[in-house]
Amino acid sequence: MKKFVAKRLLINVVILFCVALIIYAVMRCMPTSYIENLAREKASLPGAKSYREWLDQLNELYGMNCGILEGFFRWLGNVFRGDFGESWEYNVPVIQKFKDVIWDSFFLGLVSFFLEIIIAIPLGVLAARKQYSRADYAITVFALIGVSLPTFYIATLLKYVFSVQLGWLDLYGKVGRFYDQLDTFGKILDVAQHYIMPVVTLTIVSVGSLMRYTRTNMLEVLNSDFIRTARAKGLSESKVINKHAFRNTLIPLVTIIGGSLPGLFGGAMITETLFQIPGIGWTSYQAMTSGDIPFSMFYMVFMALLTLVGTLIADILYAVVDPRVRVN
Amino acid sequence: MKKENTTPETDQHHSSSSSLDDEQRIKVLSPSMLVFKRFVRNRLAIAGTIIIAVMFLFSFVGALISPYGEKQIFESDQQMSKDYASAAFNSDYRFAVFDGQTLPSAAKSQMLIAVSSGASTYEADGATYYLTEEGEHFYTISSFSPLFSVTASALGYSYLGDASPEMKAAFEAAAANNETVFTVGGTEYQLSKNGKRYDVGSVQRLASASLMSFDAAESGYQPTAEFRYAAQKALVNGETAFEADGIRYSLEAEDDGGTVSQDGKVIVSISPLSVQAVSGDVFLTVEFKQSLRGAIESNAFENNELTFSFPENGEDVEYRVVRDNKTYLIKRMTSTRLISMYEAPSAEHWLGTDGNGMDILTRLMYGGQISLLIGFIVIFIETFIGVILGGISGYFGGWVDNIIMRLVDIFNCIPQYPILIIIGAIMDAARVDPQLRIYYLMLILGVLGWPGTARLVRGQILSLREQEFMTATEATGISVSRRIFKHLVPNVIPQLIVVATMGLGNIILTESTLSYLGLGVKFPYASWGNIISAVSTVYVMTNYWFVWIPAGMLILLTVLGFNFVGDGLRDAFDPKMKR
Repeated sequence: MKKFVAKRLLINVVILFCVALIIYAVMRCMPTSYIENLAREKASLPGAKSYREWLDQLNELYGMNCGILEGFFRWLGNVFRGDFGESWEYNVPVIQKFKDVIWDSFFLGLVSFFLEIIIAIPLGVLAARKQYSRADYAITVFALIGVSLPTFYIATLLKYVFSVQLGWLDLYGKVGRFYDQLDTFGKILDVAQHYIMPVVTLTIVSVGSLMRYTRTNMLEVLNSDFIRTARAKGLSESKVINKHAFRNTLIPLVTIIGGSLPGLFGGAMITETLFQIPGIGWTSYQAMTSGDIPFSMFYMVFMALLTLVGTLIADILYAVVDPRVRVN
Repeated sequence: MKKENTTPETDQHHSSSSSLDDEQRIKVLSPSMLVFKRFVRNRLAIAGTIIIAVMFLFSFVGALISPYGEKQIFESDQQMSKDYASAAFNSDYRFAVFDGQTLPSAAKSQMLIAVSSGASTYEADGATYYLTEEGEHFYTISSFSPLFSVTASALGYSYLGDASPEMKAAFEAAAANNETVFTVGGTEYQLSKNGKRYDVGSVQRLASASLMSFDAAESGYQPTAEFRYAAQKALVNGETAFEADGIRYSLEAEDDGGTVSQDGKVIVSISPLSVQAVSGDVFLTVEFKQSLRGAIESNAFENNELTFSFPENGEDVEYRVVRDNKTYLIKRMTSTRLISMYEAPSAEHWLGTDGNGMDILTRLMYGGQISLLIGFIVIFIETFIGVILGGISGYFGGWVDNIIMRLVDIFNCIPQYPILIIIGAIMDAARVDPQLRIYYLMLILGVLGWPGTARLVRGQILSLREQEFMTATEATGISVSRRIFKHLVPNVIPQLIVVATMGLGNIILTESTLSYLGLGVKFPYASWGNIISAVSTVYVMTNYWFVWIPAGMLILLTVLGFNFVGDGLRDAFDPKMKR
């Protein structure tokens, strides 16, 4: 087990290195980067130096006056010292900005994650138990609609219904207009109210796949021999389902849920952008569209890391939860 | 799972199938027929197939049937009330300076004071001017040039300066009768008395001033001062004809103005109302001005507004007159060519028009073409790369497998949306041609999407290559590439079809999200995503539901259709799932 984990960790480091290099190369390809815009702006000021001079000076200042490879290794060297540089867009160290915004994303992700589990697993089990029944069809259709809905469309529909037509919730933002005048409890309620639509959006969009996964696995378990044996020896149906079948379905479920835990820190870029929730997703969307290389690099490498950690957790959990599985 | 999918047995039993009971018939059905039967039995799968078929018809046939083009912009003539002219009753005197004379502006302003105080002479800049009231609000301004002065005494008149005997006689007669004007040889002379001293001089008419404006019947015609004077003089005296500049004109008096004509042709209308067109290239005819005057003077204002019509090119055009204190604004309904933006659904445009004045239904059809095409081409690229790399990796194993799988891991780790957003921004900055951009988008989505397929193919092949039929292929000496792509890959095809169908929906989702963010398919090309992107302004979202709701529904339905079919196919291919 230890050997397996150590080997995987080593491979992951290599993968992360390659991913970072690819992302860095793509980022440096941006023809109109942040620096060029800034230089153009500065050069157009009265009595300013020429664009070329400004560009050279700014490139040196931001450490971009070198080739892609050299720049990458310079960046990597700084990262090993724990320095991700300063965000160009936000003018603060990347890590500090990250600390400011990550918790919004995390809570958003966490709440919708819980909702997802609470909704998806019981419904998935129900659908499997009554395969091809009306309930199964309804659940399948519901799940597939969730999977098929574009995030921006469901978000807009929710906004249209609850903000525009009913006027219950605000269109955008994390806090309301009178946030500063509220007491602590009021502030919490205010933020919670603003989280309703993003959480609902995220839940609707992601609940379907977990529901399908639960159904498929439950069906597989229900078709296995030990369930037939359990039935044959005259166990009650509830005992068969809840004790024998469901526990075995939990194996892949725990694996996949554990694997998606790191993803909670990744933020939901599209949803956060649509609702202007200042989480990691929206922050990095703005950073990316304005060509802020340090922040975007950090975000994407962070995302890659989350994916790798998620896969690793899933693999380890798979072996831990199911004793039948031998590592390697 | 065996390699062969079709067996010829089906046909043999087809003729006698009626005599066999169900169980026997199923036994002899080919595997593909079995899959088909299971698929057809799934209601959701059938619904999905129908949805997809309808979407194809809608996008490809619909676009042919639609009378409009993808990039056709609709314009319409709209009646808009535009400011046409302004009018006001003259309250300032208009001066007409006679030929060869000058009237300094000081003299003009002093004249107004003199008029209000009723004086007949006034001084301006040291010169003396005489004001003669010729009629109501109609004056002539004259200057006085002294010829000689006379001092009266008991001995008689003593003259200072040149004076002919006739002048002297005439003057003395006038002085005796206390007259201020006398005439000698057709010329008028003025005498002004100052105690015992008389100043005698000739009077020169400099200008006339009146509150009337002269509107020419033809543009460019400027009535001379002589003409204006003579015409108004005639008007005051109630004459029907006058002569000016050696030409005879006839005059027809009206309530408070008149019309001057020459040889029966109207030349000038005289009125107290001055009318100006708002636009410089519009010439207002005398008839128009007269009917406007008639309308204003009828005083039929309601809420300070009245309407009147005036024929233009044989058609009556409606005008609206708005009164504002003493000025009047004339508005005319003018037809203006406008792009029909956000037009509500109508018989002509079933789903209305979008912000660019394009027919939404037609845009949806062309958008469907692009979305579906992108979906199919991307899935083709993905499957192509995935099958080749996955097949090689699975078959050879060892270090080849290791390298390819690490490549898969790397691609898996690249966060998809961020990298697509960055590439979209790069293409934005490089101003990539919108059509080329669609191809790039296909390529990028395909290159980013292959790892899943490769993993699937590799996993399947790893187990398949240990089976006996592979030993058989090896024994018969079939080449490696044939072994992989003819004997191994076809066995993965069921799973590939399922994954590809589900993937199609995902690609359409990704593409529409990118287009929604403005980073995918770009104007002028339509895509379902960029049609919805109009909704990013709250105004459009609130007021024009028909712009974004149908596009979103189409995306939802299409992706749903692919997911239904994929789901149905998976169940059909994998009968284990059935209890």
